[in-house]
Amino acid sequence: MARITIDPVTRVGGHLRIEADVAAGEVLDAWSSGTMFRGLEAILRGRDARDAWMIADRVCGTCTGVHALASVRAVEDALGISIPDNARLVRNILAATLAVRDHIVRFYLAQLPDWVDATVALGADPTAASSLARSLGDWPQSSPAYFSGVRDRLAAASGSGQAGPFATSFPGHPGYQLPPELSLVLLAHAIEALDWQRDFMRIHTLLGGRDPHPQSYLVGGVSLTPPWGGPPARRAGEHPQLPDRNTPSAMSDEGLALIDDLIARAQTFISWVLMPDVLQLAEAYSDWGKVGVGAASYLTFGDYPGSAVEAGKLFLPRGRILGGNLASLSEMNDTSVAESVAASWYADDDGAEPRRPVNGRTDPAYSGPALPLATLEGAAKYSWLKAPRYNGQPMEVGPLARMAVAYADGQVDVRAAMNAALTKLGLEPAALFSTMGRTLARTVETRVMAKQAGAWLTQLKGNLAKGDLALVDGGHWDPGSWPATAEGSSLGEGPRGAVGHWVAIQDGVVRDYQIVDATTWNASPRDANGARGPLEQALLGTPVSDPGQPLEILRTVHSFDPCVACAVHTFNPRSGGAIEIRVNYTETSR
Amino acid sequence: MVDDGLYAALVRRGMTRRTFLKFSTAMAAALALPATYAPRIAEAVASAPRLPVIWLRGQDCGGETEAFLRAADPTAASLLLDLLSVEYHETLMAPAGADAELLRTNAMERYPNGYLAVVEGSIPTGAGGAYCLVGGRPFVDIVREVCDGALATIAVGACAFDGGAPGAGGGATDARSVRDVTSGGGAYIALPGCPLNVDNLAATIVHYLTLGEWPATDGRGRPLFAYGPLIHNECERRPHFEFGEFVQAWGDEGAQKGWCLYKMGCKGPEAFGNCATQQFAQSTSWPIHAGHGCIGCTMPNFWDAMSPFYRRLPSPVPFFPNVTADGVGTALVGGIGAVAAAHGVGMYARTRLTARAERRAAAAAAAAEADATQAAATTPAGTTTLPRPEAIEPDAPAPSAPEREAPSTLTPNEPPPPRAGDDPEVR
Repeated sequence: MARITIDPVTRVGGHLRIEADVAAGEVLDAWSSGTMFRGLEAILRGRDARDAWMIADRVCGTCTGVHALASVRAVEDALGISIPDNARLVRNILAATLAVRDHIVRFYLAQLPDWVDATVALGADPTAASSLARSLGDWPQSSPAYFSGVRDRLAAASGSGQAGPFATSFPGHPGYQLPPELSLVLLAHAIEALDWQRDFMRIHTLLGGRDPHPQSYLVGGVSLTPPWGGPPARRAGEHPQLPDRNTPSAMSDEGLALIDDLIARAQTFISWVLMPDVLQLAEAYSDWGKVGVGAASYLTFGDYPGSAVEAGKLFLPRGRILGGNLASLSEMNDTSVAESVAASWYADDDGAEPRRPVNGRTDPAYSGPALPLATLEGAAKYSWLKAPRYNGQPMEVGPLARMAVAYADGQVDVRAAMNAALTKLGLEPAALFSTMGRTLARTVETRVMAKQAGAWLTQLKGNLAKGDLALVDGGHWDPGSWPATAEGSSLGEGPRGAVGHWVAIQDGVVRDYQIVDATTWNASPRDANGARGPLEQALLGTPVSDPGQPLEILRTVHSFDPCVACAVHTFNPRSGGAIEIRVNYTETSR
Repeated sequence: MVDDGLYAALVRRGMTRRTFLKFSTAMAAALALPATYAPRIAEAVASAPRLPVIWLRGQDCGGETEAFLRAADPTAASLLLDLLSVEYHETLMAPAGADAELLRTNAMERYPNGYLAVVEGSIPTGAGGAYCLVGGRPFVDIVREVCDGALATIAVGACAFDGGAPGAGGGATDARSVRDVTSGGGAYIALPGCPLNVDNLAATIVHYLTLGEWPATDGRGRPLFAYGPLIHNECERRPHFEFGEFVQAWGDEGAQKGWCLYKMGCKGPEAFGNCATQQFAQSTSWPIHAGHGCIGCTMPNFWDAMSPFYRRLPSPVPFFPNVTADGVGTALVGGIGAVAAAHGVGMYARTRLTARAERRAAAAAAAAEADATQAAATTPAGTTTLPRPEAIEPDAPAPSAPEREAPSTLTPNEPPPPRAGDDPEVR
């Protein structure tokens, strides 16, 4: 038996270490360790509650805006503020476009290097690559000269230094099965994706003022304003008004048209580039539809609230799927969420009893092996991540969980897109519960959300055209109008899965704050019962052809798209005694 | 090593000379150099070999890496494949584990004092370094070793600049800045911001490739071309400040007309940066254009020093009370000149200032023309156009009088409530 250590696990956010015991060509046991802790609670406590979202957003710059949105919703929940419909639409568009961008970039930059050997791609025949690309779709960048140029560019880069994410993890590894031409097409698309996302994210710069870390949220709505509708009425003694100069442009006709265009181009890119690429990959590596199953239980908080007319119905529903059974959808109640620190580097004088987030504690106390760390073998505690559990059970979160729940719930768009993909591959839905299935579900979600972002934009334009110009409810802005104490929460979704924020406000400032984040669920260590986290479980049985080149382990790890920067539990209540935050949550009351 | 430089690489991928010169011109603009510098930039960059880069991430959120991926001039793909050789960047590299670490140590050996060290995120020094481990080693050790042998160290983002969010309010992990934990080793450049504007990173690198030296910086390592201007001075809403036209409540008439956000807590009058002119994402927008005030994220300890973010600043231009906008400009120009002269590059600074003056004059001329057109369109002949009295009276800048707002639970001028770092009971 050999112990394999991968540290740093690259192509993830934050810092992740994986250790695995390998024998007879497969993983016998695995340990997932988050190796970074920030302790941002010191900055959040005592802050103006209206500032909280800006600080919370710094939890993660990759899923930018996700934590800002969760935080601003939690504060609004505490204060009983409902936001204008236009603000809801802007927030939904920001969240959906972020998910689209994130999924595509992570597929091409983080996951693809596990499946494509760039050195093989250099041997491709550009003419054959061109024919292949043209057979896959109508994407115009497909001439032999184009692929010849890409090949030369990659060759020059690898000949004069490093090619970053366009290089190869383990050159010549037998696990790479793609022919040279397909490899070259995929790498060409990876470079194009990098260029495409830069333009696409101008949506966030328009709607958020900048990107990453948008700066247009407000408790009560968003700071964007509709365009000033023409020259103002003249008043005696007034200096000249300049109605068209310096007025915010994102909500203007030009701004909305640009966003519309960028979303349309994203839809084209997904249909003609991303979708064919993922299907090719899933076909070539069909055996990876059986590897990396993991917990087989899935949890989503659901997200994207609908309009008042739709009674706030979530576009992606919340719920649970247990044991991979898509025929049965279980309800989700956040009072069943609790976190264990049995294997985490935190002190808890209450013993190993898991704590609900509202009573959570975070007392960092490194108790791992002496530094530098050689191995975690034998260490009872081995991660900065806590272990969130639902009714004591590990749950996988993320695109696969969202798509599985939406599929089981009969969500029309998800069903259609998912069935189309599965039919093309000749697969049953059960194949989704695997390493390749996670990538497939992520791709299906990308397609669904890009389409829906366009639908929300159409609604937004319709509202503005009707003269509904409200984007913020400023009625609760003054903290003097707030109750002396208030508590609230937000349960939603980021690209990587369920995101929960809990806030307690006292005299206008944040008294306590708690976050349970997506990758905390997936990459969590063992809990008090010794149950492995979903990522650890998924690694069991993963084949490893060469322990010196653990390519297969990286494939399953990256299928979760871990982002450990946000998973490390960052905020905690410090109020001494445990506080009770009431969470009365129903689907329609966000 | 076969390497005939960026221009050849760009031509190979089908870039035209025209596009390349456009890039060079964009860089010259970002650096506030005269347009005549563009050919020189083109020439220098075209023949430069790829610069090796080791990019380290500590207590980060990934925001600087994400900003890097949105680079437009040159593009991120171009930086990765043509301009830089990214030897080590945990998010943007194929190899993992020991293989990845080997690339880092190999690069340090192969390019002694010849690689660029970029550091993102703060560096925790508490608990023996256990708050951030890479390859099982405390991150602080890796930062020291990499930066000490670097051609230059660039601290990107607020966290690497001064400890940022993990270090705010005292922090829980003894988070430090790059400068706190490194001593020697090459030039030091800081590009703060939360996140930084990637144009400034690209321009800093291009500056080095073109002129063979790093841009002139202030005492904290911030390049003056990017962190010299006062945001308030270059803000598109500045005229409304002068007219006493302020947003008074979110979504009000002033907000719709794009009036000044000073009363909503904008930190532009206290923050330095080129955000107003450079903007973000190919000059698509910036926070004030989206209707939200500046939070001063380029400034030291901004999480503590600039918050609460919606509290109105006590005086409009605290650094330079009682001076006009022009006076502020003069003071800044003098400051830049002095620092630049101290660096022995006065000539270069003067060129740059001339360029800026030219740009401003052109912009002013264009604005005046636009104003004239607008005035003709909206003001009937013979109408007297005076500022509205009520806009001037209560809102006029009163440099010494602290602002008072309606009583609330957050009294503006009281110190903020105690935070974790202040209370010995609270860890």
